[in-house]
Amino acid sequence: MRTIGTTISASIRPERPIASGTNGERRPLALLFLVLLWLSLVVAFGVLVTLIVTIVIDGQNQFTWRLFTEFPASSPDRAGARPAILGSMWVIATTAVLTIPLGVAAAVHLEEFADKKNWFNRAVELNVQNLAAVPSIVYGLLALAFLSALGVRDKNIVIAGALALSLLILPVIIIATREALRSVPMEIRQGSLALGATQWQTVWRQTLPSAVPGIATGAILALSRALGEAAPLLVLGALVFVSFDPDGIFSGYTTLPIQIFNWTGRPQEGFHELAAAASVLLLVLLVLMNGVAIFIRNKFQKRW
Amino acid sequence: MTAVASTGGSVDRPNRPAPLSTTSGSAFAGRPRYGEMAIKLFLRVAAAVTIATTVGILIALAIPSIGFFAEVPVLEFLFGTRWAPRFADASFGVLPLITATAWTTALALVVAVPLGLGAAIFLAEYASPRLRKVLKPVLEILAGVPTVVYGYFALQFVQSTVFKEWLGLPTGAFSVLAAGLVMGVMIIPTIASISEDSMSAVPQALRQGSAALGANRMQTTLRVVFPAALSGIVAAIVLGISRAVGETMIVAIAAGSQARLVANPLEQGQTMTGFIANAALGDSRVGSIEYDTLFAVGLLLFLITLLINFISIRFVRRFREAY
Repeated sequence: MRTIGTTISASIRPERPIASGTNGERRPLALLFLVLLWLSLVVAFGVLVTLIVTIVIDGQNQFTWRLFTEFPASSPDRAGARPAILGSMWVIATTAVLTIPLGVAAAVHLEEFADKKNWFNRAVELNVQNLAAVPSIVYGLLALAFLSALGVRDKNIVIAGALALSLLILPVIIIATREALRSVPMEIRQGSLALGATQWQTVWRQTLPSAVPGIATGAILALSRALGEAAPLLVLGALVFVSFDPDGIFSGYTTLPIQIFNWTGRPQEGFHELAAAASVLLLVLLVLMNGVAIFIRNKFQKRW
Repeated sequence: MTAVASTGGSVDRPNRPAPLSTTSGSAFAGRPRYGEMAIKLFLRVAAAVTIATTVGILIALAIPSIGFFAEVPVLEFLFGTRWAPRFADASFGVLPLITATAWTTALALVVAVPLGLGAAIFLAEYASPRLRKVLKPVLEILAGVPTVVYGYFALQFVQSTVFKEWLGLPTGAFSVLAAGLVMGVMIIPTIASISEDSMSAVPQALRQGSAALGANRMQTTLRVVFPAALSGIVAAIVLGISRAVGETMIVAIAAGSQARLVANPLEQGQTMTGFIANAALGDSRVGSIEYDTLFAVGLLLFLITLLINFISIRFVRRFREAY
């Protein structure tokens, strides 16, 4: 999900390191240092492997078709995550519809049209950076206050969750789109303008199409973040017993992360196994989304 | 989070010309194009949505907070040592929440700073480009794991299996230690990515100069590259702090839900985010003191992270100007 950062570092990275491996490390202290560096990576990866092994072992008994087909129940042997899976799909799809056009538009403004010296644009730029680091739960409070102000009584509806998640990932999409637009060479724009296209025609017919792979990658990564997010939805009251399939943007819902949170908090062991199984499912979904993003980037990204 | 990405948000490539001019006063502007102007206005409005979000957050948090502080004096809120908003003799001293947040954040940093910097140094200074291409995405998976899954791991594996069964530590069902340590693992990639970027931005000539004077790679790294990249590294750590303070699900699951002054990391405790998550579960009536309490704590949380973020952004600016 941090691939956005990767692209930056790849572009500013100079040449190879002076040396690699252990060649030239004769002093014991230097070798020890290298061992410590290795160790920090090993520990980090070790935790990741332990985490995956833990949820796979805990969840193996409950990872059955029942997880996909059944509704939550008071007994772990009959419970499934069907409404949570459908709810996640509804929320993510709604979030995508709300946030991608808005984020791309804002990024196009900042990257292609904005006068960098204008105070408004500088404020927007600083603000986007700051919003990206606002705690996710604050977006939940924002949506809660907004809905209360509108007088909405039942806040556990798909559109409300999607609203909170949209605002949460908006800065991520803006930043990724700006990166993608920035990697389109200036000559493409100049050529288009020289042939008489207007600024908007240049953006719409040349710059944006060239940036689509980068935008798609960034958008998928942002949506995968929204898929795993639970805190803002928790504030909006998504932790409820949903025994029906969500069927629209005003429908009640619960999502996979919320369902995991719910099951983890139950005393019975069987529910913990269900939480682990649902965690495996969530991780698989995220890996798939990231895989698609990486595929799009490698397959369609143009290199100039 | 995107903390990583956020630092890249405003990088201006040195060789890139300014954006296409937007002034319509030019002699070559031609006839006015109203469709084009409408589109530009729409784009501008889209950009303004981000400002509206910040303003919205401030208003959303401030209005209920005003109601809250009308009933609870600010000083009693900030310095009170008993947090019991739902009891009959309600008390609104936020210090218990702050101590728990401070514990989890500090424990997270104890894990994330050495491991994150170790990983960053290895990736920036030691790894061959091929190895880096493999290691970096794997490291970033750590940031992509959903926080509820970390929460499950902290509660079921770290707390109940490792701490209680294997180590036999005197601890209950929850502890800020388990939550903090697992949170530390979560923010390793944040610290590693930004630090690595800033170390990679140190000119190669500095390393070559150091090597030419006979320094080995450890000396070069610690005495030349590390100081040169220091502001970026500090920014990375500060952003890591901001993420740890704002992290919700791990602490909501594994740190416990009793708000009290935490003296020992094996105790349970409730952080600011943990309180908001828990209190939101019990459906509070709009306008009630419980409802306003949520927003008062949210405002405090937002202001703390805002302050931290601006410190970080300043540090990044400084390191960008260095070369």
